[in-house]
Amino acid sequence: MGDEYQVVVVAGGSSKDLFPLVSKDVPKALLPIGNRPLLSYVLDLLEDSNLNNVSVVVAGHESGVRVGSWIAEAYHDRLQVEVSTVSEESGTADALRSVAHRLSSENVMVVSGDMVCDVPLGAIASSHKRQRAGLTALLCPRTPGEGCEASAGGVGTKEKAKQLAAADVIGLDSARHRLLYVASGSQLGKEVKVPLCLMREAGQVELHTDLLDAHLYAFNRELMLEALERNEKFKSIKRDLVPHIVRSQLKHGRVEGTLSCSAYVAGKARYCARVNTIEAYGDINRDVAGDAIYLTGYTVSGMNNVIHPSAQTGAKTAIGPQCIIGEGSELGEKCSVKRSVVGRHCRIGSNVKVINSVVMNHVTLEDGCLVQNSVICSNVHLQERVTLKDCQVGCGYVIGVGAEHRSEALAKKEKV
Amino acid sequence: MESGGGARRGRMVIDPKVRQVGFVTPGEQDGPAGVSSSSAQVNAPDSPAPVMIPPAPRVAVPAAADHSPPKPAAPVPIPPRSPPLPPRNFDAEDEMPLGSYNPGGEGVLAGSPNSSYGKASSEKAEIGDLSPTMVAELNSSMMEMSLERSKYELPVPEKENESTADVISERVEVPAINNNEGPENDARQRKLKDRTSKAERRALQESQRAAKEAARASAAVAKAKPPPQKKDGSNEKKGVDKKPVDKSGEKDKKKEVVVPEKDKRKDAPAPRLQFDDEQKVAKARRRAIVEQTTETKHRVELFRHLPQFVPPTQLQALEEKYLQNDTMHIHPAVYQVGLKYLTWDIVGGNARCVAMLEAFKEMIRDYTTPPQKVMSRDLTAKINSHVSFLSTCRPLSISMGNAIRSFKLKIGKLRDTLTEAEAKSSLVSHLETFAQEKIILADKEIVKHAVTKIIDGDVVLTHGFSCVVEMVLSHAHSIGKKFRVVVVDSRPRLEGRILLRSLLAQGLKCTYTHINAVTYIMQEVTKVFLGAASILANGTVYSRVGTAAAAMVAHGYRVPVMICCETYKFHERVQLDSICSNELGDPDALVGVAGRKEFRELVGWDESEHLRLLNLTYDATPADYVSMIITEHGMVPPTSVPVILREYRKEPIL
Repeated sequence: MGDEYQVVVVAGGSSKDLFPLVSKDVPKALLPIGNRPLLSYVLDLLEDSNLNNVSVVVAGHESGVRVGSWIAEAYHDRLQVEVSTVSEESGTADALRSVAHRLSSENVMVVSGDMVCDVPLGAIASSHKRQRAGLTALLCPRTPGEGCEASAGGVGTKEKAKQLAAADVIGLDSARHRLLYVASGSQLGKEVKVPLCLMREAGQVELHTDLLDAHLYAFNRELMLEALERNEKFKSIKRDLVPHIVRSQLKHGRVEGTLSCSAYVAGKARYCARVNTIEAYGDINRDVAGDAIYLTGYTVSGMNNVIHPSAQTGAKTAIGPQCIIGEGSELGEKCSVKRSVVGRHCRIGSNVKVINSVVMNHVTLEDGCLVQNSVICSNVHLQERVTLKDCQVGCGYVIGVGAEHRSEALAKKEKV
Repeated sequence: MESGGGARRGRMVIDPKVRQVGFVTPGEQDGPAGVSSSSAQVNAPDSPAPVMIPPAPRVAVPAAADHSPPKPAAPVPIPPRSPPLPPRNFDAEDEMPLGSYNPGGEGVLAGSPNSSYGKASSEKAEIGDLSPTMVAELNSSMMEMSLERSKYELPVPEKENESTADVISERVEVPAINNNEGPENDARQRKLKDRTSKAERRALQESQRAAKEAARASAAVAKAKPPPQKKDGSNEKKGVDKKPVDKSGEKDKKKEVVVPEKDKRKDAPAPRLQFDDEQKVAKARRRAIVEQTTETKHRVELFRHLPQFVPPTQLQALEEKYLQNDTMHIHPAVYQVGLKYLTWDIVGGNARCVAMLEAFKEMIRDYTTPPQKVMSRDLTAKINSHVSFLSTCRPLSISMGNAIRSFKLKIGKLRDTLTEAEAKSSLVSHLETFAQEKIILADKEIVKHAVTKIIDGDVVLTHGFSCVVEMVLSHAHSIGKKFRVVVVDSRPRLEGRILLRSLLAQGLKCTYTHINAVTYIMQEVTKVFLGAASILANGTVYSRVGTAAAAMVAHGYRVPVMICCETYKFHERVQLDSICSNELGDPDALVGVAGRKEFRELVGWDESEHLRLLNLTYDATPADYVSMIITEHGMVPPTSVPVILREYRKEPIL
């Protein structure tokens, strides 16, 4: 059934936005979210929708090899996945060009690899086909407080404000079916220009800033490839290709009763988020451990948390609700873990407090540490009585006894 | 040849529950009175249609009447025709004189005596001559026993010269023998035994066995439902008495005899789901693919039994299941068509039917028989689930129902010897032919007929948007007829505007008005052309709501009303009003008025206790208002709908 669509997953490489969480060793696609690689959420979604013909494009050769080997191991009997790589500097549009020769189906779905979402892809596929659209974009209602709440990254408030300003402006018709205008906030100057012919055609344009472009598009293959071919300088799908197609939607031969560009607005109950910033990473981890736990497929215990049976906890250690403790982790006595995700094979000493944080795999926290609002990557070693607030600690970093850090990004020297 | 059995089939159409079961229950055969009454019925000129019925062998009828007295009053279990083959073969092989004119009789029967009236009447004499043959022939297949006996009893050469009356009296005695009672019978049997060959004896034996079985079965059936049986009996006898029943008709009956129960079940109109029956609805919902959220609080009391409008919110729920395999494997093409029905992107009987056929074609192409399954059965089940999916999106139109019926029939008749590829290609070609013949070519033919009715200076009124009417008008314009069109439209869908746009683009002179001005505009109109969603057996036109009003006004002004409708949309159902079967539209469509933003009185109507909005989709135009129905088979009065159903749509009955 899913044969009519081919899927391109643009998985990214080692994005700079997520420094120091991602590195050559841990590409973005393999960043753990709720102790599962980020890419697995997208691939599972594809599998649920029977979209079996998947191409994954990874930026950077090393990252590509790692992602490829992981996919081969985890999905060898479930999905037909081909992994290809493009150079580090290439944009998403380049990634799409690189797999263009492999596409043969009538419609192509392009998915961003950093999406965590439960919108059934069948809905987009069906809507796309029903309206015989050239482009269908998935839009999700933005939760009102998103981006304003306390975030793990502890990035300055200025950046937060920037984040809000960067909200996309999306123009829809009154029935919310047609996509008439797209501009990402960062590109946007002071004015919004909607072509007059589109205004005339639609009669009414609603401009939304409360919708999130989920970076999931269904394209008509020919339309997409033609646009890519004609405009060699297009770098990004979202910033160049999609606005181009939306702007010129009336130019393409339009059949009566069809839409050239349509939008699928997901219901409010659906979860959809993208891991594109550090605070988003923290938020999504907490969501996945909390309300959106169904995405991970873990079974929740009576305490509303997930503790792997092989994890060991010492006496008087409290693990609060909305926590995930990974396989083989050991916690000492009198520890307290609240709203956090702890990875596999971590060794946590006594009297350690982990609050609102993400601790990845093979991390050692010695006695008396306090970790709050932070992200600690794999193989990090915190010696005794370290205090971290709003910090990100890169892979393999060692923090000495009694150190105290606030709002810092810590990583090994050579990587900086 | 079909019309040979005209009167009989006519009855079947009117009363579809009465089946020709092929035997008569004991005690119901009321001898002379029954016969005379039935023959009187046959003679009655009220056969429902002006079809060309070939002159019946008139000799036979009075003969039957004359000779009815000697008919035994005893119960007459007419043996079924279930084991027809051995005796038939035997007939052919047999060198008895009966066989000598058998071929001749067969020839007449096989040729069509009524292919033209003149031919039929020229053959009249011949038919009269041959009528004994025919009766004997009938006997041969219907009452094996009697045939045997008649052959051996009668001095054969004389038989050819015998009058019909004799043969019939001969036949009339038969039933008594079938009962195998009385010494006379035994004697005859013995005599038979002496004279018959081995093969003959065997045939005889078989026919006797069949007779016994039939007697048993008839007794059972009589217990089950005696009243219709009675009608059956008279019907049956009438056929025997009067008509040289054609071979194909007999074959029909044979099939029926083989599977009477199953057939009955299939043919009985399935009770439609009444949506105010909570238990049934709950049951249907459990089986449904999509959870129906049609629990609308504000139903109109009189229309509670109809399927409630599927709100557009259902669309999202449906779309989300699109690519999931667990939802009973609805093929994507069918899924898309269903969604388009739901959003009303595809409307109109023809368009919906064509879209469905196309989708089914896709589905068949992608179909592979699962292992351990028979294609025809598995495919029927699959089609059923797809159809039920389509009907959850929007209730099926009658045109679709008919198309599905014919398609399922085709699947059922697939021979097992075909390979899967052959079977698939034959199904696909069936779908293609159906769309081509019944819709596209039929439309062309209708246009050809209808155009002759438009003359220069006409003012043609039409309501809403019917694609056939559009074709008629544009064709009439293109061949240079000078006429004006009045497009009458009605809220809320305002489909007439589509028609208006296309007519204006072709340069036709048009007037556009709404249905509330129809009485005014009708004064200048000379002809009314309307489309139809279906035409029912009593001539009622079932069409987009508003049609009835337009037709009624036209009737009042003595303006001829012509309905353009393909015959595949005809339906055997009889409907007197538009309440018992209809479709509900979106009540919210009535709330706003296009271009009148200030008209907000109805906004929030569903909060009111006392207000209900009713948006019906169809209405029923009584046959009285219809002057003529233009079909691809010609122009007929609405009273002739049963004839069309009977003559041109025989496949579903087979």
